[in-house]
Amino acid sequence: MERIILVGNGMVGYKFCEKLIAHPNRNQFDFLVFGEEVRPAYDRVHLSEYFSLESPDDLLLAPLNWYQENNITLRTSELISWIDTENKKVFTHKDESFDYDYLVLSTGSSPFIPPIKGVEKEGIFIYRTIEDLEAIQNYADKLKLKGRFQSAVLGGGLLGLEAANASKELGMTTHVIEFAPKLMPRQLDQTASDLLQSKIESLGMKIHLGKNSKEIIGESEIEAIAFTDGSSLPIDMIIISAGIRPRDEVAKRSGIAVGPKGGILVNNKMETSVPGIYAIGEVALYNQNIYGLVAPGYEMAGVALDQIMGGTKLMSPSIDMSTQLKLVGTEVASFGDPFPENEDTVVIRYENKQRGVYKRINIRKDGTRLLGGILVGDTSDYNTLFQLYLNEMKLPENAEDLILGQRGTESKSLLGSVLDLPAAAQICSCESVSKGAICDAIQNGTCQDLKGVIRQTKASTCCGGCKPMVADLVKETFKSLGKEVKETICEHFNYTRQELFDLVKIHQTAGYDEALNQFGKGHGCEVCKPVMASIFASIFMETANKQIAIQDSNDRFLANIQRNGTYSIVPRVPGGEITPEKLVVLGQVAKKYDLYTKITGGQRIDLFGAQLNELPMIWKELIDAGFESGHAYGKSLRTVKSCVGSTWCRFGMHDSVSFAIRIEERYKGLRSPHKLKGGVSGCIRECAEARGKDFGVIAVEGGWNLYVCGNGGANPKHAILLASQLDDDTCIKFLDRFLIYYIRTAGPLIRTSTWLEKLEGGIEYLKKVVVDDCLGMAEEFEREMDGLVEKYACEWKEAIENPETLKRFKPFVNTEESDDQLVFVPLREQKMPRPW
Amino acid sequence: MEEIVSQYQTVKPAEVNSWVKVGLIHDFPENAGACIKYKSRQIAVYHFTRTQKWYACQNLCPHKMEMVLSRGLIGDTEGIPKLACPMHKKTFSLEDGSNLNGEKYSIATYPVKIEEGNVYIGFVE
Ligand code: SRM
Ligand SMILES: Cc1cc2nc3c(=O)[nH]c(=O)nc-3n(C[C@H](O)[C@H](O)[C@H](O)COP(=O)(O)OP(=O)(O)OC[C@H]3O[C@@H](n4cnc5c(N)ncnc54)[C@H](O)[C@@H]3O)c2cc1C
Ligand code: SF4
Ligand code: FES
Repeated sequence: MERIILVGNGMVGYKFCEKLIAHPNRNQFDFLVFGEEVRPAYDRVHLSEYFSLESPDDLLLAPLNWYQENNITLRTSELISWIDTENKKVFTHKDESFDYDYLVLSTGSSPFIPPIKGVEKEGIFIYRTIEDLEAIQNYADKLKLKGRFQSAVLGGGLLGLEAANASKELGMTTHVIEFAPKLMPRQLDQTASDLLQSKIESLGMKIHLGKNSKEIIGESEIEAIAFTDGSSLPIDMIIISAGIRPRDEVAKRSGIAVGPKGGILVNNKMETSVPGIYAIGEVALYNQNIYGLVAPGYEMAGVALDQIMGGTKLMSPSIDMSTQLKLVGTEVASFGDPFPENEDTVVIRYENKQRGVYKRINIRKDGTRLLGGILVGDTSDYNTLFQLYLNEMKLPENAEDLILGQRGTESKSLLGSVLDLPAAAQICSCESVSKGAICDAIQNGTCQDLKGVIRQTKASTCCGGCKPMVADLVKETFKSLGKEVKETICEHFNYTRQELFDLVKIHQTAGYDEALNQFGKGHGCEVCKPVMASIFASIFMETANKQIAIQDSNDRFLANIQRNGTYSIVPRVPGGEITPEKLVVLGQVAKKYDLYTKITGGQRIDLFGAQLNELPMIWKELIDAGFESGHAYGKSLRTVKSCVGSTWCRFGMHDSVSFAIRIEERYKGLRSPHKLKGGVSGCIRECAEARGKDFGVIAVEGGWNLYVCGNGGANPKHAILLASQLDDDTCIKFLDRFLIYYIRTAGPLIRTSTWLEKLEGGIEYLKKVVVDDCLGMAEEFEREMDGLVEKYACEWKEAIENPETLKRFKPFVNTEESDDQLVFVPLREQKMPRPW
Repeated sequence: MEEIVSQYQTVKPAEVNSWVKVGLIHDFPENAGACIKYKSRQIAVYHFTRTQKWYACQNLCPHKMEMVLSRGLIGDTEGIPKLACPMHKKTFSLEDGSNLNGEKYSIATYPVKIEEGNVYIGFVE
């Protein structure tokens, strides 16, 4: 049996493994993989997500046992240090040797470290591996505790900006230092760079262009960077992102030809200068270029494998380098030739400084073909433009429509329908998935939904840029087959929650029975009743006292049912602030009714073990003392957790308690598809754990940062930045819009974090809706919230004042006795239900 | 615990030898349940106003043996009237007490009759 050895288990090496095991001749080869890193291959493209992931293992492209299951011998933490090309052997750093018949080098690249005086000092990092990010985080944490916050990224390219964003998210004051006079010099022209710069600066980062670093100053730890122009900048840590250098050292040492500036020379078969040895990915020098993107690397992996297997596949002569910037809170994309310098092109530009949008397309002089372009601030047309460019499709008569839209008519996609694309059109360039492959997967019945298509074809699993187009294509293909994919509520309503919401709103449906008659069938069930109750509450702000019979059991009794059928009582304690007087009342009530008492995780107090008939009496006492329902039972606003903030805390920047109370008071009683929680922290130490909430507000210099769609619980997620440096009122405004949009569109029992995952366009789209008001609904959303806030009433107060609704708290219709079957057992100095 | 469970046996309308008056129609909520007590038994009673039908069953949920079924939501699945326990949302047919989630345990049901605005539950003494 012949043996293939792969050196380097990075993204491209992994792709080679994947393609190899899928090959029909796979069993004719023994397959051995060496990786220098401790982990098997992981997703470097999403490396920055490391900071928000629970475990770095979530980044793995496949778990360790995948290699075993597929008969791949993977040796991690082993470096190949020399190749004996004569005798076809590789040597590890421990000097063990292994024979090969075919050798594939996918050793990737490493960040280029410019030869600046002092780069060896403590506090200087690169941004390439999980370990790099770990080190950055640890160092930043240490600095912050010392009150040092200045971080600089050397390099204003795509990766540099990503690193800068990460540094900012770690709570550091971040500077970007770029040698060129513009940001992303390879992708953007000056106008685009200027716009991007002002956007990034508005996010709180500082940009220094045209700066040549001369020396990094400091004893052992760094203190400042000095530039050749004589200026300097005090800095506590540096991340270097000044380009990449192919890791060709082993090849070079072993006599394999490399280019003058590095990179293993390969032809269009991925062959190196030595027969039987191939190079792929970021280490390969093809067409005199190194390609720092996964898509060309993946193509190379396919070519090399095919060649080894005796095939005839060749590398495309030209490589597409189109890119979209991820993660900086602004949208940037560049494709094709972004700024061609020749006579044969015409440039069309659109710039709107007020909205922060710049679009540029370069078209052939005769107006028939798109050659490239740049989008800043609004990249919604990227996928369309990219398809037009990539497939060399004919342009519409007025090419400016491509970036300005068809004025005066209903706006519709310039592609017509995605279905009009040629079957060979590449939709996902990372995984090279064509339109045909996606449509086939649906048409031949293999896949029933978007998720299935993604799993099957791998489209959009890499950089994710094509996701909207994949989703669109899947939807349109299903439509063309006469199938609509829809998540209906239950057998009684053939609608989604969003549709029901609209129906109730349009028809001003007064109640559940009417809704069943108007647009439902049968007699309802435990699924649709609470959903409709939530919809009625969100539209009319009616409390759970109005339509008692459709409330979920807890809402019906305005309390949470406990293990033995007794109930708990959680009065609202806005922002967690409570007076001693009120604390005393809670203690007295708990004592009087013999209730088990505990502090909740939501900064309030819970009294357990009340019987149904006791609930109204207890609540009457609490309401008389000034308490209100805490809605702990409802799919509604729970708490807005606060930290003590600037009033007492020596680190506090703003008054987080007052703001948390204001927010909690505003949204109390608000019913929603699922429960809602918020938090407000007084500084980036984040003691209120605001980013673990559906919405979190954190004090920063110049205002509040607003984060949304976080989650604790079973699948913890950190909330994502929606907008920064807001004043109180703007923050509330954005929250209003965000909440109403969520309430209107989310499926039943979908928390904000899962809702966002499903939202087409993700956080970027959400920003457009909330911040840029792309739907033109912002005012309506705010008005709607104002209306709901105005109609708020404490439903417990309502309940105890109405003898008719009080009837529901009677344990038995036919006797005044209470339930004699309840059994409690002692627990420390309190009690609990008997165990099940 | 067994004694408690054994108190609840389904009663067919034909077997009833004792109709017990448990209240007026208006003492019971519409489209929801309420509980009555008869000797040591707790019985859940439901009024489906859309079909003008009444159902009764044991208040004890056989899942965790808690007296809670009267507080659950009611409705139908493919025409079968059902109730969902408020604790873990197990659902039971109100026609024959069978478990609609496919688990083994089921509940006892009782006949209900309405006469002159009064609600009666049928027992076998
Ligand atoms: C009082 C309290 C805020 C509040 O009003 O809620 C608080 C106050 C402080 N927290 Fe905290 N933390 C408080 C709950 C939390 C929580 C929430 C929790 O534990 O439930 C967290 C998030 C969970 C966690 O531990 O990570 C939290 C995460 C931090 C951190 C960040 C820790 C980290 O490594 O991520 C710091 C900074 C630090 O490490 O010193 C911190 C540091 C501090 C210090 C000690 C700041 C300092 O170094 O002096 C604050 C003292 C303020 C002062 O001077 O009075 N506090 N802090 C909370 C006290 C809870 C208590 O039981 O006493
Ligand atoms: C933060 C970040 C964001 C990125 N974002 C994008 C993006 O959005 N889109 C995109 O297309 N690309 C992106 N990239 C680039 C992309 O990650 C690379 O193009 C891709 O990882 C290249 O794959 P590779 O296998 O060639 O190299 P690598 O993934 O670097 O893998 C090479 C592996 O070989 C190992 N190795 C090296 N020498 C040896 C040896 N002698 N013996 C054994 N093992 C060895 C290395 O340790 C490494 O694990 C990003 C990169 C980074 C760092
Ligand atoms: S989060 Fe609040 S309590 Fe914690 S350190 Fe900052 S200001 Fe102080
Ligand atoms: S106790 Fe009734 S479903 Fe669990």
